[in-house]
Amino acid sequence: MRRVVITGQGSINALGRTADETLASMREGRSGIGDLDFPDIERLSIPIGGQIRGYRPDEHFSRQELTLYDPFCQFALLAAREAMAQSGLVIGAGLAERAGVVLGTSGGGLQTQDENYRLVYQEGKNRVHPFVVPRLMNSSAAAHVSMAWNLQGPSYTVATACASSNHAMGQAMMLIRGGLADVVLTGGSESMLCFGGIKAWEGLRVMSRDGCRPFSLNRNGMVQGEGAAVFVFEELDHARARGAEILAEVIGFAMTSDATDIVTPNQDGAERAMRGALRDAGLAPEAIGYINAHGTGTAVNDRTECAAVRAVFGAHADDLLISSTKSMHGHLIGGTGAVELFACVMAVREGVIAPTINHDEPDPECGLDVVPNVARERAVAVAMSNAFAFGGMNAVLIVRRFE
Amino acid sequence: MSDAVKESVRDKVVAILAEQAGLEPAAVLPDASLAGLGIDSLGLVETIFAIEEAFDLQVPFNANDPKDSEFDISTVDTMVRAVESLIAAKG
Repeated sequence: MRRVVITGQGSINALGRTADETLASMREGRSGIGDLDFPDIERLSIPIGGQIRGYRPDEHFSRQELTLYDPFCQFALLAAREAMAQSGLVIGAGLAERAGVVLGTSGGGLQTQDENYRLVYQEGKNRVHPFVVPRLMNSSAAAHVSMAWNLQGPSYTVATACASSNHAMGQAMMLIRGGLADVVLTGGSESMLCFGGIKAWEGLRVMSRDGCRPFSLNRNGMVQGEGAAVFVFEELDHARARGAEILAEVIGFAMTSDATDIVTPNQDGAERAMRGALRDAGLAPEAIGYINAHGTGTAVNDRTECAAVRAVFGAHADDLLISSTKSMHGHLIGGTGAVELFACVMAVREGVIAPTINHDEPDPECGLDVVPNVARERAVAVAMSNAFAFGGMNAVLIVRRFE
Repeated sequence: MSDAVKESVRDKVVAILAEQAGLEPAAVLPDASLAGLGIDSLGLVETIFAIEEAFDLQVPFNANDPKDSEFDISTVDTMVRAVESLIAAKG
């Protein structure tokens, strides 16, 4: 079977402007969550989020580009730029048709929609900018990435709410495994931190007003983030032939559907996804040293996920480490799995396990080693990344240290 | 329409085209075509939008077939005259 490795990674999110800055923040257990800053914030009851501070689009893109790029698209392009630079890939004529892009997002160009609804409904304008449609399309980020690097193979967007990135990266892996492509840029992007974006989430009453505390007894909900992470997935022989540095190997993927409820997670669906990924990787549960949890910080997610981990891993659940980095970067919704894959790559590559910060007191119903508050050094060969989305759409990836 | 008003219309249209083309207004000559200025189809749609915003007009322009539109986009000069007649028609 064709093997898939990671040869580049890039990001912009509340923890850093690059992948390395993000990893440094994860090692330090630094929080990127703070007071939100955007128009009409005073009309929201949720004042916090993992917002990218001091971001100036005009430092990265021309005026003409910015007329076409919603923030979620800008973030994806910045992350892809970094990942492509690290990979050292040159997309020549031969490779172009064998290269593609699969990105996850949930809201797509939500800020573009929000701003233009404001113009026509609130301000009574009867004319909107001609590029509203190409900006708001949730496929626009993938499209612009394909144009920026002349990726002429398969390009598409995957939208499965909070699992979008994991589904996207799983699709990328399968495209390469199945021989449809040799290189796929993949990950996800989200920019829901605007009035309409948060107002909608307020309605569900699952958001915390004071912090993201996954697995801690005093948790009270999720906190949103924004940004993107993009990886270069590459067929192993292709990467070897050009002497690329390999960051990790992607060895397992599975997706399941709860098929039960539009918001409440189901333990069986989560278990089947984790078991499926192990089966795909050809591994026993004992091989997993670290799990990056979905870990949203809602009572129902955390308890269901911990119970599912215990059911799948049995006694080994007490040996493995599990953490939720959402405590630091917030929940990037359709981009979250991509940012969280950094923690898995860091675990297998550097032997550093990112912590679950804001962990004030253990929840007896979780009862796993959630790496509270401080990063831990542990040599880990294989790591799993969970995403259990609204809609009961689950996607689990497994990465292994490449030697 | 007075000469002063006409001059101001021309200046505004030229300024819009110059911004789209990334040129100085002085480089936007009356007989230049959009293609000659380096303005592509997306740039044209944005130009039409900017004209509508600047003069508070509805420009009869269909991007499906620009040549078939009442709004003549052949050159800078035809566009200026088209804007003038739209303003005159508005009264």
